[in-house]
Amino acid sequence: MRLNSGATASPRFFHKPLGYVSVTLRLRDDSSHFLASLRLRMPAPIRLRELIRTIRTARTQAEEREMIQKECAAIRSSFREEDNTYRCRNVAKLLYMHMLGYPAHFGQLECLKLIASQKFTDKRIGYLGAMLLLDERQDVHLLMTNCIKNDLNHSTQYVQGLALCTLGCMGSSEMCRDLAGEVEKLLKTSNSYLRKKAALCAVHVIRKVPELMEMFLPATKNLLSEKNHGVLHTSVVLLTEMCERSPDMLAHFRKNEKLVPQLVRILKNLIMSGYSPEHDVSGISDPFLQVRILRLLRILGKSDDDSSEAMNDILAQVATNTETSKNVGNAILYETVLTIMDIKSESGLRVLAINILGRFLLNNDKNIRYVALTSLLKTVQTDHNAVQRHRSTIVDCLKDLDVSIKRRAMELSFALVNGNNIRGMMKELLYFLDSCDPEFKADCASGVFLAAEKYAPSKRWHIDTIMRVLTTAGSYVRDDSVPNLIQLITNSVEMHAYTVQRLYKALLDDISQQPLVQVASWCIGEYGDLLVSGQCEEEEPIQVTEDEVLDVLEGLLVSNLSTPVTRGYALTAIMKLSTRFSSVNRIKKVVSIYGSSIDVELQQRAVEYNALFKKYDHMRPALLERMPIMEKTATNGPTEIVQTNGETEPSAVEPKHPPPVTQPTNQANDLLDLLGGNDVVPVIQTTMPTKPASAGGELLDLLGDLSLSGGSAPAPAPSVPTSQPSFLLDGLSSQPLFNDIAAAGIPPMTAYNKNGLKIDFTFERANPNPNIAVITIHASNSTEAEMTDFVFQAAVPKTFQLQLLSPSSNVVPALNQGTVTQVIRVLNPQKQQLRMRIKLTYTHKGSPVQDLAEVNNFPPQSWQ
Amino acid sequence: MIRFILIQNRAGKTRLAKWYMQFDDDEKQKLIEEVHAVVTVRDAKHTNFVEFRNFKIIYRRYAGLYFCICVDVTDNNLAYLEGIHNFVEVLNEYFHNVCELDLVFNFYKVYTVVDEMFLAGEIRETSQTKVLKQLLML
Repeated sequence: MRLNSGATASPRFFHKPLGYVSVTLRLRDDSSHFLASLRLRMPAPIRLRELIRTIRTARTQAEEREMIQKECAAIRSSFREEDNTYRCRNVAKLLYMHMLGYPAHFGQLECLKLIASQKFTDKRIGYLGAMLLLDERQDVHLLMTNCIKNDLNHSTQYVQGLALCTLGCMGSSEMCRDLAGEVEKLLKTSNSYLRKKAALCAVHVIRKVPELMEMFLPATKNLLSEKNHGVLHTSVVLLTEMCERSPDMLAHFRKNEKLVPQLVRILKNLIMSGYSPEHDVSGISDPFLQVRILRLLRILGKSDDDSSEAMNDILAQVATNTETSKNVGNAILYETVLTIMDIKSESGLRVLAINILGRFLLNNDKNIRYVALTSLLKTVQTDHNAVQRHRSTIVDCLKDLDVSIKRRAMELSFALVNGNNIRGMMKELLYFLDSCDPEFKADCASGVFLAAEKYAPSKRWHIDTIMRVLTTAGSYVRDDSVPNLIQLITNSVEMHAYTVQRLYKALLDDISQQPLVQVASWCIGEYGDLLVSGQCEEEEPIQVTEDEVLDVLEGLLVSNLSTPVTRGYALTAIMKLSTRFSSVNRIKKVVSIYGSSIDVELQQRAVEYNALFKKYDHMRPALLERMPIMEKTATNGPTEIVQTNGETEPSAVEPKHPPPVTQPTNQANDLLDLLGGNDVVPVIQTTMPTKPASAGGELLDLLGDLSLSGGSAPAPAPSVPTSQPSFLLDGLSSQPLFNDIAAAGIPPMTAYNKNGLKIDFTFERANPNPNIAVITIHASNSTEAEMTDFVFQAAVPKTFQLQLLSPSSNVVPALNQGTVTQVIRVLNPQKQQLRMRIKLTYTHKGSPVQDLAEVNNFPPQSWQ
Repeated sequence: MIRFILIQNRAGKTRLAKWYMQFDDDEKQKLIEEVHAVVTVRDAKHTNFVEFRNFKIIYRRYAGLYFCICVDVTDNNLAYLEGIHNFVEVLNEYFHNVCELDLVFNFYKVYTVVDEMFLAGEIRETSQTKVLKQLLML
């Protein structure tokens, strides 16, 4: 009984859109009356077309779901009935519903039954169902193995093809293992239709079970002598896969099979032979095969001179002869360029490749530009000069509309910046920074800073560039650049007045960008006197009074836009100005107001500054003096040396401004006189543990931060910075004990005596920690000429830790007229014998001298 | 290697999904949604290549349908773009001026075309005439 006729007879009874299935139910109800005797089976299920059509008429998701559920129910009953004739149709419908996103796993077994059937149409749907519904994780799929095995040996090539296809798409490793032999047999047949499929199936097998690769090796011998393009193509894929997976195979193919000449020959035929309509795409014969061959050549030629040489000619030929008007030609050229870059090609070829990429950059099609930029980024390290030629085009790409092109152009531009083109490039990059999306701004700003640092033609230009970045992209600048900038500004001594003036003007305009505000307030705090006195040479000096400056800084303190960190900077700046400005009373008032601020950080600072005004006013000038030039901390990598050379000593006093940083040890002792027995010690000591690492702010921490970040800019050695704070603390806590020099009878010793340079060690023990030995070296020079640039370095075995404080000076005067002293602190937790290797460098009579020595004669008391 | 091939319309309905890698059902659904989200926001001034998780998607829009191929990062973008175009031309020939409805009603035939041209994640047959000849036999 055909369903359709029944449906047209009585649609009016039902107003649901899916009239067909409901009619089925109605008939079943009626069947109880008069059809029961005739048939109890459900009538034929609806056709796929009808189902699709009706489902598409559903207007809402709920309607669709209803229809689908009904149909699923019908299909399920049909499956239960073991109906052979309509199984195919049902499964097809099930697959359609699965594609819409509904669950269909109850059809899996049915697919298997379909595969086992003899009819081709059944098999086709069955395999399709298997590919869609089954995957490795279902146990059911193993049942398929036998069916596929039989089908692989079937007489009809189409059935064999189906089986190969399914195996190739979703075969699991077990299946692959079982059936690999069959696949290999098919690889050798003469039927090219099957050979193609078998080759790709073999690829899948190899991907799943790499150990089976050797099985396919004999079959590959004749693959490349095929005329059929399809077989060639798939064979090349197979060979590519084998070479990629196993270096042994690669070597084998290079030597024994002489693959490269064969491939070169095929490629040549492709290019030379004229028009072949079958595989032609826009005038180029079989571009896909060409691309594939080029890829295989790339793998074969990588790091192998002979193969690379053999390919040079053909690559040059492809590069020059391919038409570039259509995308196809460009695809081939792109693959050629990639190959040239990877193999050991001669330089002429490489230049050709980069020129091709340059031409790509001028192409209108943005896909091609994108592809060119990506490849140029990869090659810029190795072929820097060649890429430089295309710089202007790359810079133009910064203005492109597509985001990914812009990003790549930006990265490439930064890679291309050098001393010659810095001015021009920076102009473009700053313009880009102005107009680009926020996601780029942080990267661009950091890149600009790095480039400026490396290649700045003059300090003024450098400072101008930094100002420009801060004002345009100020809020996107990374946090660690603030200390870097501060250090940079301190180092350019002659630009202080100019810098502070520009920063002040920028502050007047806009106080919302925090990094700018922080740097500006720091500078004003340091160089406020220069600002007020109007000393700027580089620019027209502006007339600013002290009160105006203080107004600005107070404005920062109260503004809502300032973060707590910025407020800290501002307060410290105001405090510093108390020694530089004359309106001390105003400053005192401001500071005392903040003594009761809610913000803990501000309150603490204000209280301490207040204390400075009241009780320790005599110390104020010394404490608030100008910062010295900060050198970047020497980063010594993985040695055991922890040097604090070049950094100001671990105390709260900054040494005097102009002379370099080598006074510290003497001053440390001065400080001790000041601090020894004074109340100030507890105050400063308690501040240290509570805020050991606050970003910028308290003078000592600023020092600490600056030295930390100074090291982080060029080549960070993380071990160095992180150990600083604890040493700083250690230094401070053990300083007072210097006074109680408990020499405790450890005799001094001579560590080194050569060429007139004598180095003595004297020992003290640091009492709270008996594991720390404090050694003072005394270097004296008995020759007639003084030794300049004297640097003492020491290394200890791994179980020890060593800290070297700053030397008293680096000139050892002649004829024993004076000594250079330096303090070494050695931590010896395991109480092992102390050994040390020392390295001395100095300039004597104009020539540099360097020496290494081992010191083993430490007295036993020094390390027990 | 191709990871999967998707044909979707602008509304997000999948017209064809061919997977060459193992995924769970819900992972598949999530991937489909993600691809749809990424691809439909792009317009003519964007390139046809998108970075997606640790692969990349090469797509092209034909009328209301997006043909997306997800490949490894190291593959040649332009070549796969040509592959998509080849595939669409075959579909066009086979269905005689194909439209979306053809793909809907004959979905199993579309799968057959895919299997003739792609296998195990690689392009298998590039000659349009050959593919069409095979399809007529099946």
